[in-house]
Amino acid sequence: MDTAIDASEHTTALAAGFQDPVHDAQECFRAIMNAMARPGTEQLIREDGLVPPAPLTPTVAAIVLTLLDYDTPVWLDRPLMTSDAVKSFLRFHTGAPIVKEPVEAAFAIVTDPAHLVPLASFNQGSAEYPDRSTTVVLSSQEFGKHAPVTLEGPGIKDRAALSTGPLPPVFWDQVSANSRLFPRGVDLIFSGKGRISALPRSTRILPSEV
Amino acid sequence: MNDTAQIFDQGEYNFAYLDEQTKRMIRRAILKGIAIPGYQVPFASREMPMPYGWGTGGVQVTASILGKDDCLKMIDQGSDDTTNAVSIRGFFEKTAGVRTTYETSEATVIQTRHRIPEKGLREDQVLVFQVPIPEPLRFLEPRETETRKMHALEDYGLMHVKLYEDIAKNGHIATTYAYPVKVNDRYVMDPSPTPKFDNPKIDQMPALQLYGAGREKRIYAIPPYTKVKSLDFDDYPFEVQKFDKPCGLCGAENVYLDEVILDDQGGRMYVCSDSDHCEERRANGHLGPMAADPAATHFAGGASEETVQ
Repeated sequence: MDTAIDASEHTTALAAGFQDPVHDAQECFRAIMNAMARPGTEQLIREDGLVPPAPLTPTVAAIVLTLLDYDTPVWLDRPLMTSDAVKSFLRFHTGAPIVKEPVEAAFAIVTDPAHLVPLASFNQGSAEYPDRSTTVVLSSQEFGKHAPVTLEGPGIKDRAALSTGPLPPVFWDQVSANSRLFPRGVDLIFSGKGRISALPRSTRILPSEV
Repeated sequence: MNDTAQIFDQGEYNFAYLDEQTKRMIRRAILKGIAIPGYQVPFASREMPMPYGWGTGGVQVTASILGKDDCLKMIDQGSDDTTNAVSIRGFFEKTAGVRTTYETSEATVIQTRHRIPEKGLREDQVLVFQVPIPEPLRFLEPRETETRKMHALEDYGLMHVKLYEDIAKNGHIATTYAYPVKVNDRYVMDPSPTPKFDNPKIDQMPALQLYGAGREKRIYAIPPYTKVKSLDFDDYPFEVQKFDKPCGLCGAENVYLDEVILDDQGGRMYVCSDSDHCEERRANGHLGPMAADPAATHFAGGASEETVQ
């Protein structure tokens, strides 16, 4: 109801999804899969043709169109939640139910990561079904410009470094706590401009050398 | 020869057969599987146009990751030209129109039934396993509710009792295939019925490994460079099969060999199970002790003719 009013007020057309839904989604998925399988590496996402309503970025839109559908409750942070255009875009293209509580979400989309709610407020999965946890997509990330953290774990030969931001000051402590929960815990996808990186719960953050 | 390409051009199927919603569901399961190495992620396995037991799990995983630029290799017990490999390769040629190959190094996606290629895999390759029974504890505890609890509590004592009973009965661990492994020091996992000869290759493999079980509706994964340890005891360490003869055709040692019966007089030979590895070695001039044997000629000749096509 309110989306219809919104559309007539602004007379903005609904932004388009993938131009080639089958192959664009496949290509984007392979990038996400490689990012998840090789924590700390940057993978390229082709975002041409996507002009989603702000503050949704083309890269996050590509991830959303690739992974979300009516089976995946999605939680949005405040800037997204207050944009009717974003909600219409998500509802039309994915059909994902938008939920109010982080713990109910299969996916969480965060465009203002500096004000991220604690990772512990998302669904951590259960000991018997750890796969039922939330995957958190953090938007507006810049790679290589922030203090790097050292990573260790599956998918990483010896060690890897990840430098990304902006993030809240307590973020990396929360990620360490998250990996101590293994096999429970959330998985993180960092989304920059045309590139992504990921941290599954299995990755350990090594204490920074003094 | 080219009917498969024509069938693909008719556009009768979505790319790689599965509909997009199914692919998304499987893709999400794959991501969770990668994030929790060795944990079996439940997924809504679809009915495929082939019976359970023909690799429906592997086929669904491959269909969900495959892109139009991928090059696909299919192997069945190490061989590219046995029934299961031929039919699934044909399936993807028809429904996805992707390039296929026999060569391990050329492939970007390799779907396998119960072998890992002898040639080391690279970081840009993905190995997809067809899995019949994904639950390593299933024959020890038939109830899913119980095995799920055992995984949750990391309670794997029963599996060690089973291996111990092997030793008590046979003097050694008599499990030769589907040999249980512990992934990333956490989950005990069934590496599908590959011979235990292949277990060391799973450990720290540069390629991503995805496992799909269609009938049992489970997907699991091992990310690249992950610690995978075959279960054993301090005094009975894990050992792989050893062969006292080299491959009869290419003379390779330290590879997994198949026994081939040549006649009804007791004639037999041992040849590489990995047919691509064997052909590549022969093309490079390696000859085994039976390469010139008339009984083996049609076997070797037939195989190399296939590659020329």
